[in-house]
Amino acid sequence: MSVPPPIAMLAELTHRCPLACPYCSNPVEMTRQDQELSTEAWARVFREAAELGVLQLHLSGGEPASRRDLTELVTAAREAGLYTNLITSGIGLSQRRLADLDAAGLDHIQLSLQGTTPEMADEIGGYKGGFARKMQVAQWIGEIGFPLTLNAVLHRRNLHQLPRALEIAQEMGARRIEVATVQFHGWALRNRDALMPTRTQAAEATRIVTEARTALKGALVIDYVPADYHEDYPKRCMGGWGTSGLNVMPNGKVLPCHAAESIPHLTFDRVQDRNLHDIWYKGDAFNAYRGTDWMAEPCRSCDRKTVDFGGCRCQAMAIVGDAAATDPVCIKSPHQGALQVQADTHAAQDDAPLVYRTAP
Amino acid sequence: MEITDIPALPRGVRLHHDRVRSAWVLLAPERAVTLDQVGHAILSEVDGTRSFGEITSALADRYSAPVDEIRKDSAEFLGALRNRRFLDVTP
Repeated sequence: MSVPPPIAMLAELTHRCPLACPYCSNPVEMTRQDQELSTEAWARVFREAAELGVLQLHLSGGEPASRRDLTELVTAAREAGLYTNLITSGIGLSQRRLADLDAAGLDHIQLSLQGTTPEMADEIGGYKGGFARKMQVAQWIGEIGFPLTLNAVLHRRNLHQLPRALEIAQEMGARRIEVATVQFHGWALRNRDALMPTRTQAAEATRIVTEARTALKGALVIDYVPADYHEDYPKRCMGGWGTSGLNVMPNGKVLPCHAAESIPHLTFDRVQDRNLHDIWYKGDAFNAYRGTDWMAEPCRSCDRKTVDFGGCRCQAMAIVGDAAATDPVCIKSPHQGALQVQADTHAAQDDAPLVYRTAP
Repeated sequence: MEITDIPALPRGVRLHHDRVRSAWVLLAPERAVTLDQVGHAILSEVDGTRSFGEITSALADRYSAPVDEIRKDSAEFLGALRNRRFLDVTP
């Protein structure tokens, strides 16, 4: 198969973060500060990414504002010709820093929302005063005029706040909201009892999103990530393995997706050892599940195999124990029935405590 | 879209020449839209000053095409961008 160049790169600048969200998408094994790539190393990686064909750079973490050189990194990325998107909780951004980022050419900000009230948001984020600070930062973002996307992460505890989240996005002047139901990888796997939505909640969220898309057409764009344990078909994870995006960890490891380290037999190249071009086209991890040759049944003969590419490899690994298996969310997977029972069991654990992410 | 409407690319949305794919793309928040020749021609005229009518008349002249056809295609293309919040329109 011919491999297209990647469109997007997620740069996990650091795993440090003031928040401790129980659904954190960082790997369970996190990078310590003294292992993080330097400013110069990141700048080189950004240039290699642009030469490879990356257009969109997502500056993420942990909390990217925990990097003191964030402004320099944005400058370097813009010089490389990349579109720069900052994915942040807002904590660590001052009015002054936002002005510096504006001058450096930052293109867009994606602000996360842990809840629509201080009580909910601060409990989920495990950070007192976080919500108030975020609202202040959102105001400064609006004053500067950065294009804004609000990323509302939803689960059983806060799904009832979805209507309010849609209002907050409009009040902040966001052009887009991402309504993201928690995906269960990494830390989130430990919190399925506490966070799994009920089937009713998942259906209600879909209904609210569908109605809001019509009502807010042209005013607020809504991207929706449904609760996939309750779906019939899996997600087209990463747009297909190794076809559109790559992820660089704080320590320079390059992954096909942020959770790929959960597949134990994969080995990952590092930007310190190999050019990004070679990693993308020749790296073992990127070629492991590219295309459709790796598939077994029921994927191999399925007419959806190039629609969803068998779903998420990490989810197949986590639930079925085989990364080459059909995503167990799929109605054609022999494990789907068990997964649905399991989902309902998780969703019934009303008193389950939150297991917060720990610091690296 | 009305003849007098003035389309403009909002902050955070810009044309970019993609050297790797030899194509023009519209870069927007977390999105990249590959443009064909027609799309690129239309967006190259969008400067935040001239009206939809002026832009489409200029395109009709340049490509010796019927202005009604150009207006129909352009309105459809720009309308789709507007719905995605990649284009601002001032009456």
